[in-house]
Amino acid sequence: MTKIGLIVNPIAGLGGSVGLKGTDGMVEEALRRGAEPLSNARAAAALQELLPLRDTLLICTGADQQGGSCAGSLGFRTRILHEASERSGAADTRALAKKLIEEDVCMILFAGGDGTAADIYEAIGEKQPVLGIPAGVKIYSPVYAATPKAAGELARSYLTGALTSLLEAEVLDIDEELYRQDLVDVQLRGYLTIPQEKRLMQGRKTPSPLSEAAAAHAIAGMVIRDMAPDTCYLIGAGTTTRRIMERLELPNTLIGVDLICNGKLVESDVYGDRILELTEGWPLKLVFTVTGGQGFLLGRGNQQLTPNVLKKIGKENMIVVATQKKLASLGGQTLRLDTGLEELDQQLAGYYRVITGRDQYVVAKAE
Amino acid sequence: MKRIDRSSKVRTHFHQAKWDEPIIFELSTPGERGVSVPKAGQAVASAVGDGVSDLPPALRRRERPALPEVSQNRLLRHYMRLSQMTLGADVNIEIGQGTCTMKYSPKVNEQLAKKLWEMHPLQDEDTVQGILQVFYETDQYMREISGLDKFTFQPGGGSQAIFLMASLVRAYFESRGEARNEVITTLYSHPSDAAAPAVTGYKIVYLQPDPQTGLPDPEAFKAVCTEKTAAFMVANPEDTGLYNGQIGELVKHAHSVGALCCYDQANGNAVLGVARAKEAGFDMCHFNLHKTFSSPHGCSGPACGATGVVEKLIPFLPVPSVEYDGKKYYLDDGAADKRYGVAKVREFMGVAPVVLKAYCWIRMLGPNGLWQATKTAVLNNNYLVKRMMSIPGISAYYENGNNQRVEQCRYTMEQVAKDTGVTSGDVQRRMMDFGMHFWTSHHPYYLPEPITLEPTESPSKKDIDEYADTVAYVIKECYEDPETVKTAPHRSTIHQVDERWMDDPEGWAITWKLYNRKYND
Repeated sequence: MTKIGLIVNPIAGLGGSVGLKGTDGMVEEALRRGAEPLSNARAAAALQELLPLRDTLLICTGADQQGGSCAGSLGFRTRILHEASERSGAADTRALAKKLIEEDVCMILFAGGDGTAADIYEAIGEKQPVLGIPAGVKIYSPVYAATPKAAGELARSYLTGALTSLLEAEVLDIDEELYRQDLVDVQLRGYLTIPQEKRLMQGRKTPSPLSEAAAAHAIAGMVIRDMAPDTCYLIGAGTTTRRIMERLELPNTLIGVDLICNGKLVESDVYGDRILELTEGWPLKLVFTVTGGQGFLLGRGNQQLTPNVLKKIGKENMIVVATQKKLASLGGQTLRLDTGLEELDQQLAGYYRVITGRDQYVVAKAE
Repeated sequence: MKRIDRSSKVRTHFHQAKWDEPIIFELSTPGERGVSVPKAGQAVASAVGDGVSDLPPALRRRERPALPEVSQNRLLRHYMRLSQMTLGADVNIEIGQGTCTMKYSPKVNEQLAKKLWEMHPLQDEDTVQGILQVFYETDQYMREISGLDKFTFQPGGGSQAIFLMASLVRAYFESRGEARNEVITTLYSHPSDAAAPAVTGYKIVYLQPDPQTGLPDPEAFKAVCTEKTAAFMVANPEDTGLYNGQIGELVKHAHSVGALCCYDQANGNAVLGVARAKEAGFDMCHFNLHKTFSSPHGCSGPACGATGVVEKLIPFLPVPSVEYDGKKYYLDDGAADKRYGVAKVREFMGVAPVVLKAYCWIRMLGPNGLWQATKTAVLNNNYLVKRMMSIPGISAYYENGNNQRVEQCRYTMEQVAKDTGVTSGDVQRRMMDFGMHFWTSHHPYYLPEPITLEPTESPSKKDIDEYADTVAYVIKECYEDPETVKTAPHRSTIHQVDERWMDDPEGWAITWKLYNRKYND
């Protein structure tokens, strides 16, 4: 019997159907406008794809609308681990996620939106393979499959062993208040581990591309090789930059900025004025990557790099790293700068040689 | 008797030959032989001994070689069966190998090339004047087609030709005492345009396609093309089938900072008789004779990347070259005019049968025929583009009204994937059920769910219609019966391959010996 977890955020997606661009703090209003809960139907569509495995699965989940009724109605065996409060919220998602880890399930399926993914990250970090069933109003985080059916298929492939590779995908969250005013402000909240879809190919003319991990490893090797002595390096947020810290055998802050010098850690999770204080009188360089799903170079996911810090570093000391696959996913679009100071954005605009592998660069425009 | 209806253009009953054929080593029976060589007669034996004792002991085998022991007829049957399982250029309408130009290779040329089997490159020049003349004249034709000043046929493939161009770049700058360490290329050029210079030690700088035009941004090029740049190595048209009209401007800028410019014309199908490397200012170029000049693709077998250079680079070309003194063709090792060249990329002067087939093709068509071949290839492609774009769910990026495709086109089935969950990789496998190739793109994909098709001048309108009808049939299946497409192929030699092991070198077994070592329980 294989144990898997299921978390349904019953209110995810409520706001969208009634024009609210998100559900954070708007549940009452959404219901007043006649919104229909959708996430259980979405979760059911994903679970349909697991029916061929029904006799071998035990679905550990929350009671009723948090997953129990949806899994039960399809005839799956269930184990209820959590009773949600009257109107299930973020706290219930987190509580159930923690219980699923204690239950030692082999993967967790969750139906929701960006907020749900952030709650799960907060509760369990990168410990467990998970996979999102899209049910929220806004889905920016690539931890979600494209459709509920695709989520089910991917989960089935993973559970039957047809897919074995895992990937760390970004959990992004958006400020819904600003989004309602048509301003998109995406924050990197962390990373979740998801099964990686590998497209089956046949008769191809090119060998398998490097896995993301291997590409990041090569990038890290190149950055370290070219590091100058007696120079401070800020290592920005992200999984690509994390490999640099790993290869240097230094502790790393995944969604923060670390300061190193001569291969040693100066201080973890530094920010703003503290960076200026620590690096006074030292040459300073920055190694960072493109964050968020929208190709932000600066202004999202690395707010620790305040305008004063960026001014001290200067464009010529900025080392951008990214895997080719990540750049390819942006389709050649201009990288975005939003430091908060227009004048600084203009100074930093222009062409960057993004390190994409050993002695390999891709030219990207930023503005 | 009822007349059989064969009006459908879609071969719904195609089935690839399929055998559970063991590999040759598994067919081995100890002692079985293909040819029993008679023992030498007494006179021969007394004259040459046993043929082995003269070898130094260190060179003699202690054990017999681990070769398969198979009789002639079993061997013949084995390879005949394998050959029937291939989906080769003579079986399918070869439109689905975009960027790779699979044009028809006239069978008469194959017959002519067979005549070379009995020749050897070490024969005395006087006995091989014919093939030397073929090399010499093909060089002259290549000069005319490209506008460049001299060609070598030594590279045994396109990537080797690019490697040679990178080696020429290195040799040129070394002779000038200049330390340049970067090569610029574009993401839609062939991956070898980056890989080969990387092997010769260059840092690679890629230009991305502009999201609107699909062409590299000239300003990005100027920002990174500096005195560190050794070469700009680029294909034009690129894999998208878009011709970059600004290429001359980029070449000019590269020259202004002292860099060399190398034109990847492996696929020259869009430019024969239309545009030349010389007029665009390139310092060197290469043509794949096995693409553009009709010699069939070798699948890692014999091929030829004819590489040409401008006057100032001739001293660096590898030797020997074939020359003509007005009476006789001869091999020149370059010693007389101190033309030692870069290191050989292959022995002798090139794969003679491939050069001969290209020579025949050029002679059969003549200058106007080459131009006509290009015009037909472009016309064929634009007809295919119209057919493809009328299939619901298929479209193309960079369609801004000015961007006419030339010899090929990269399409996208992004909409089909969004609607049905079926990917272009799935359709690629399904097309095999109809006996057709269907290529997606190099990795990583810059366009979602890509499809790259190129008809060349070979197929007729009927052929193109049959191919397009088959694509339309499969796309319709994506909407009506996606599972069949996702689980394809169903009528091919092999079902879906489990590629999990390809990511892990520990799991690779690329020789029989290694396979036995890793997978014998």
